[in-house]
Amino acid sequence: MSLLDRTARDIRDEVTAGRTSAVEVCTAFLSRIADVDPRLNAFTLVDGDRALDRARTIDRRRAAGERLGPLAGVPIALKDNICLRGMRTTAASRILDTFVPPYSATVAERLEAADAVILGKTNCDEFAMGSSTENSAHGPTRNPWATDRTPGGSSGGSAAAVAARCAPLALGSDTGGSIRQPGSFCGVVGLKPSYGRVSRYGLLAFASSLDQIGPFARTVADAALVLSAMAGLDPADATTAREPVPDFQAALTGDITGVRVGVPRAFVSEGVDEGVRRAFDEALDTLRRSGATLVDIELPHAKYAIPVYYLVCTAEASSNLARYDGVRYGHRASLSRNDDLKTMYNRSRSEGFGVEVKRRIMLGTYVLSAGYYDAFYLKAQQVRTLLRRDYERAFEHADVIAMPTAPTPPFRLGERLQDPLQMYLEDVFTVSANLAGLPGVSVPCGFAGERLPVGLQLMGRMFDEATMLRVADAYERAAGWWKESPPI
Amino acid sequence: MKFDAVVGLEIHAQLHTRTKAFCGCSTSFGSPANSQVCPVCLGLPGALPVLNSHAVDLAIKAALALECDVQPESIFARKNYFYPDLPKGYQISQYEKPLALGGGLDIDAGGGKRVALTRIHMEEDAGKSLHEGFPDSNQRTYLDFNRSGVPLIEIVSEPDMRSAAEASEFFTRLRDILVWVGVNDGNMEEGSLRCDANVSVRPLGESALGTKVEVKNLNSFRYLRDAIDYEIDRQADLIERGGRVVQETRLWDSTGGRTLSMRSKEEAHDYRYFPEPDLPALMVSEARVEAVRRTMPELPEARRRRFVAAYALPEYDAGVLTQSAALADYFEVVATMARNPKAASNWIMGELLRAMKDRGTAMVEVPLTPALLAGLIVLIDDGTISGSIAKEVFAKMLDSGRPAADIVKAEGLAQNSDEGALVAIVQGVIAANAEAVAQFRAGSAKTFGFLVGQVMKGSGGKANPALANRLLKRELDRG
Ligand SMILES: [Zn+2]
Repeated sequence: MSLLDRTARDIRDEVTAGRTSAVEVCTAFLSRIADVDPRLNAFTLVDGDRALDRARTIDRRRAAGERLGPLAGVPIALKDNICLRGMRTTAASRILDTFVPPYSATVAERLEAADAVILGKTNCDEFAMGSSTENSAHGPTRNPWATDRTPGGSSGGSAAAVAARCAPLALGSDTGGSIRQPGSFCGVVGLKPSYGRVSRYGLLAFASSLDQIGPFARTVADAALVLSAMAGLDPADATTAREPVPDFQAALTGDITGVRVGVPRAFVSEGVDEGVRRAFDEALDTLRRSGATLVDIELPHAKYAIPVYYLVCTAEASSNLARYDGVRYGHRASLSRNDDLKTMYNRSRSEGFGVEVKRRIMLGTYVLSAGYYDAFYLKAQQVRTLLRRDYERAFEHADVIAMPTAPTPPFRLGERLQDPLQMYLEDVFTVSANLAGLPGVSVPCGFAGERLPVGLQLMGRMFDEATMLRVADAYERAAGWWKESPPI
Repeated sequence: MKFDAVVGLEIHAQLHTRTKAFCGCSTSFGSPANSQVCPVCLGLPGALPVLNSHAVDLAIKAALALECDVQPESIFARKNYFYPDLPKGYQISQYEKPLALGGGLDIDAGGGKRVALTRIHMEEDAGKSLHEGFPDSNQRTYLDFNRSGVPLIEIVSEPDMRSAAEASEFFTRLRDILVWVGVNDGNMEEGSLRCDANVSVRPLGESALGTKVEVKNLNSFRYLRDAIDYEIDRQADLIERGGRVVQETRLWDSTGGRTLSMRSKEEAHDYRYFPEPDLPALMVSEARVEAVRRTMPELPEARRRRFVAAYALPEYDAGVLTQSAALADYFEVVATMARNPKAASNWIMGELLRAMKDRGTAMVEVPLTPALLAGLIVLIDDGTISGSIAKEVFAKMLDSGRPAADIVKAEGLAQNSDEGALVAIVQGVIAANAEAVAQFRAGSAKTFGFLVGQVMKGSGGKANPALANRLLKRELDRG
């Protein structure tokens, strides 16, 4: 098997045992990127020198008899909204086209402490706002399964990179489905941990109460491996949980006998593509055959999730993006002597932000304005509480909940750009996990139409990634879709 | 028309912490610009705030000192507005659920009253825009973020004050308390204590409140008094001439001695407050409040009452001595060691405070330890020296820090209680002042004082005054 097709665990074992060097691994993936990325545009930056440097250090340490970390020599790509000291971080926005952070995100530090090798930054929708990776200052990313289609978004670059074997692992961020939906579109595993499980320090905030960083991988076991390496309390992020971090690898027993899988039949009955429905029903069948019990559940408030999500996320975004003002860093419009402060703000932000970001800043500003706050923001928070209770009740009867990840297979580039509402509906099955803080994972569950990937979404109880991953892993083994590779 | 003024104050006090509210940067004053900054207080992308727990304890301490109810749960909120010295584009503050509610403070002005407090909330300071002092200041504004993220509390009073004098006393007492409990350093020049006033007027007897005007930039007690007086006059004048007060924010112009309009209600910001999603709710347990309470020094008011009761001091003395914790501590040591509280009070309020004022020294720098002053008082009380000699000794102690007993011994200042020697001096004075003696015998009582003075002079000031009196009277009666 080519190095490129190996799982992260295999690579780690090879490097740790000294059968393959970290430099060999790194070189293989760098040349794969050079080969296919011109057709995909999954990366916004590749720093081969830095990566090879790290790989050499790992090899040297192994040679010196040092014990290596759990990600020894495994290449990984970071979504371009995650800071790495000294590496340009743009969030795919013109407003940050020259920004180089003087600090690293906690997750980047923890991955490097586990001896992972960071290859570079991946493309995304600007400030993670979008579902197609088309809202990017670096141009759109293409889907490795069908290059005229979108890889999903906002973490489309990371999903495409893992699907195309440009990296065995990548990190994304998920605010309303931005890991799970591109995972589904690209036929890879995309994992959103429980809110508070992984530090957000160094993640460029989109909506602080919804954002979580999570991994893309080709297998559930690899995703679990990354989660173990970066999860847990971070003194630099007051919203990380004190919850103990279990051994996620050990949870993957392959045995799901008697596990109750809840299916919200009413909720998933409408607006779902025929091919997606078929793949989903087959996946449920596979789960049942593997020993799981299917139970019907109700999520009466799930139908409000999209409006609630767009009220909450735009409100927070309008405030989070206020710091990009052209004063201390990032893009500042060129000004003439008579221009005042207001002009500087207006022009810098008008030039720096793209259309979708502006739309959301305006929406969010409106939502928080005097006279509208109660009707919009406050009401949205109240419905958010009701939605959370829906899930609490559902989890009294079920151990995990299953839904399609996205209502459609990957759509064509440009197809939805003029119709933001249609684009927002792409998130219908994913946003409620963020609103409720719950963990969710998308696992490949086959294809729709002419080999367009479809994902099965599993959601778990708060901080019970272990059960969710156990079911996902058992399904993956039974279904075997993970062995498929895209034509590129 | 007669008018009644209504004044409420909003006070921003810097919490006396070593590090900032949400990051580990130093809060020290006067460092080079932008030398105390990090990704968090510069608002760099992806940086997150983490609450300084010492700042919370100090805020609780202030709330307890001002008799507020500390809330078991308070919530940080974002106050959104654009300004170059506000790096995140929002200030982290508290809005709907502040740290503490209620409380109040007694003042003497206006016949004595209690000014109620509305709330105390925690927030962070902004950076500083430097519009002047650079060669290209006519083209550019520079920014210093050393202050950005420094922890503050905002104390909001009810509109319970009716004059500039009441507001000024309220602010003075508030400052004294904050300094007393160690929450704030009271330094208004460095901006660690700032005050805004809400002022309105209404015709006397009217109960509805008039339209209020917020006056900013009151960074000294004098500005506060002057600005409120000015504003009361301006508003009363406006109404008398048939005009209407508009709701607005005004700025005190100290050079012009007037307030100037800064922005009207229409131009007021919509701050779009919402709960800060990066910080969990601040939960303050009863145990934590009690732990803070145990670290509280006795408050000035309580100490003043105790000084009157325990040391039998007049109200006035107790008031003066409890102006600062350092002074009150000093007094207590002297009073206890000398076993004479009233004498201790007299010496401290008289000689010591005067000397400190003359020399411009602060209490902590006083070279005269409480033990030294107590030693002096003991020498007076046991009759070793007279009161007038004691003043001389005091001055020498202040300069040298030598014990009073040493000075008295070395310079032969002990008072003369040797009856035989004094009788001789008395007889000499009687012989030398025949005229005065005759006047005394003719009934002029005040001549006696003159004769006593002559005896003291003859003894070089060392005669025991009581003994001199008695002997003079006896000798005069004899003659
Ligand atoms: Zn800082």
